[in-house]
Amino acid sequence: MSDGDLSGGFRDPEVAKHLVDAIAALSKIPVKIMEVCGTHTVAIAKNGLRALMPETITLLSGPGCPVCVTANRDIDTAIELARLPGVTVTTFGDMMKVPGSYSSLAREKGDGRDVRIVYSPLDALALAQTEPDRQVVFLGVGFETTAPAIAAVIRRAAEEGVANFSVHAVHKTVPEALRALVNDPDVRVGAFILPGHVSTIIGLEPYRFLASEYGIPSVITGFEPVDVLQGVYMLVKQIEEGRADAEIAYTRGVTPEGNPAARALLDEVFEPCDADWRGIGVIPGTGLAIREKYAAFDALRRYEVTPPEPKDIPGCQCGDVLRGIVLPFDCRLFAKACTPEHPVGPCMVSSEGSCAAYYRFTDYGRS
Amino acid sequence: MRSDRILLAHGSGGTLMRELIEEVFLGEFTDDALARMDDAAALDFAGGRLAFSTDTYVVTPQFFPGGDIGRLAVCGTVNDVATSGATPLFLSVGFVLEEGFPVEDLKRVLVSMRDAAAEAGVRIVTGDTKVVEKGHGDGIYINTAGVGVLPEGLDLSGSNVVPGDKVLLSGTLGDHGIAVVSTREGLSFSTSIESDAAPLNALVAAVLEAAPGVRCFRDPTRGGLASTLNEIAAASGVCITVEETAVPVRDQVRGACEMLGYDVFQVANEGKMVAVVPADEADMALEAMRGAPYGADAAVIGEVDAESSGRVYVHTAFGARRIMDMLVGEQLPRIC
Ligand code: SF4
Ligand code: SF4
Repeated sequence: MSDGDLSGGFRDPEVAKHLVDAIAALSKIPVKIMEVCGTHTVAIAKNGLRALMPETITLLSGPGCPVCVTANRDIDTAIELARLPGVTVTTFGDMMKVPGSYSSLAREKGDGRDVRIVYSPLDALALAQTEPDRQVVFLGVGFETTAPAIAAVIRRAAEEGVANFSVHAVHKTVPEALRALVNDPDVRVGAFILPGHVSTIIGLEPYRFLASEYGIPSVITGFEPVDVLQGVYMLVKQIEEGRADAEIAYTRGVTPEGNPAARALLDEVFEPCDADWRGIGVIPGTGLAIREKYAAFDALRRYEVTPPEPKDIPGCQCGDVLRGIVLPFDCRLFAKACTPEHPVGPCMVSSEGSCAAYYRFTDYGRS
Repeated sequence: MRSDRILLAHGSGGTLMRELIEEVFLGEFTDDALARMDDAAALDFAGGRLAFSTDTYVVTPQFFPGGDIGRLAVCGTVNDVATSGATPLFLSVGFVLEEGFPVEDLKRVLVSMRDAAAEAGVRIVTGDTKVVEKGHGDGIYINTAGVGVLPEGLDLSGSNVVPGDKVLLSGTLGDHGIAVVSTREGLSFSTSIESDAAPLNALVAAVLEAAPGVRCFRDPTRGGLASTLNEIAAASGVCITVEETAVPVRDQVRGACEMLGYDVFQVANEGKMVAVVPADEADMALEAMRGAPYGADAAVIGEVDAESSGRVYVHTAFGARRIMDMLVGEQLPRIC
């Protein structure tokens, strides 16, 4: 069945076993390693990699899923937009089910509001062009990975003069969020597995402060099981050698300088702003606001909406899960009141959320 | 049911759909044949035994690599009837057409239905058409129902499975689901993967002949292999363990799944059959599958354990064990 293998040797159990043995032989100093990215969380859970680690190594999930870190207020605002007459809200599928303070977009859709799933922001723009009578708002979530595509669509909407399209932008950027994490006294992370996709855009530079200012090793890692093990191996090596560097294990996807064209596009359309991260709070400079030049495409400037005061979800420990302070199954609601069918918090909704990953692939907490 | 409204996710073949069926439909409809929740009802009547099944097809796009909604509608119902071990004979077809749907496209659909029926050896004997106003449909919806004759004494059911049984799969997983999503705009990848939509009644007949002790057949359509195996494990109160490396998956499908963040076990198939057979008949059943049309890549992928948890596990390529969970809602591409 070799018709163009897209994953090469990166799923090879022999290579994996070799790495697992090498990690076990090398690791003496106990360390908590946080994977920042939800795709890594899924790869680890799906392939059962946690169980293959020696006792010295604890793998923790971090805030790496844009669905999970979207604040209640941002979802509440999207819901208010969907309630405006004549407005269609479009979004990536996972965002539909995330509970806001009082409702979710899926619920609003069930109540007759026009909320639609799209697979890319381009689809949302195309929808605006085919249905000129409606105002189409795209709910833009995601990190540096998805933000350039949305920037491109905003620019295109401007070039083509699409008057009925706008974006509710709640994008976030990763590096400064890591600084907030390491500054948080409750969080004790000894090393980071850095997100491969985000780094394709931003490169290695923005992470160097982890090593230079905090002495924390980090490695940019790909998404196949062997990639993840390779990343862990490189981190353990740094730790045992008493070094702290920022390195790239994912050389087939990431260069140190990243993708300058995508960054230029981001810079043209967006400017940094403060962003509210669920469970972490406001982190200065980690949001992307639409620049004045493209103000016409900013949904929040186009519509006056005032969502009610946001309310936390009782009992949900998403904030602690996102900071790696507790593991998903330490949450009292995990697999009981909170399941993927009936999620209490976003970490159980998103296919990349830590709680969903642990629920889907382990039998922990199931009766 | 915890939701007071129907959500889209109630239609996607996963756990929410199951909750809807068990708690709402089976609250009012209490027929014994229905309550067994097999894909086709096995019915005794004076003079013989029938299998009877119906399904409704809604798919966008309606034309995709390797097939279209018409081929799906014929093959799907033929396969549902065949899962009971019956020989499918007659189909009904019902169309809901949306105002504005091109007649040219309708003809294409009909031709492919005609061809699929001929291939399966079934007759389309009755039909119905309704047209709804523009905006009230998705171009074309098709319902098909099928009837087949069941041999005397044959009782296949997901609840027949016992520890020690082997689980067979008739070919590569995920082809249909990936063929369909690869046509969606905005997903920046394309593959040469074609839908596997195919009638499997000949394959089922061949397996039945070689392995008369077969416990059940299931076609892992929406919700994929994961939903199918979870249903069987729950119905029989057993545990099923699948050997990851034994499951045939095309490299392209595996690559697309990695890229989209899909679990290949949850991706839809339209031309695959799962069979659970007693261990001593597994070799014969496998050989029969491989010799049948659409069965060349068949494999034994797992077995039934003594544990009574009703759960499905995957023994991963890396030597770990993880759950194979049912799909909840739609499979959606990850955000980045
Ligand atoms: S791929 Fe991007 S969005 Fe997805 S989990 Fe990783 S960092 Fe987050
Ligand atoms: S189990 Fe549910 S409630 Fe608990 S942290 Fe995870 S998502 Fe939040």
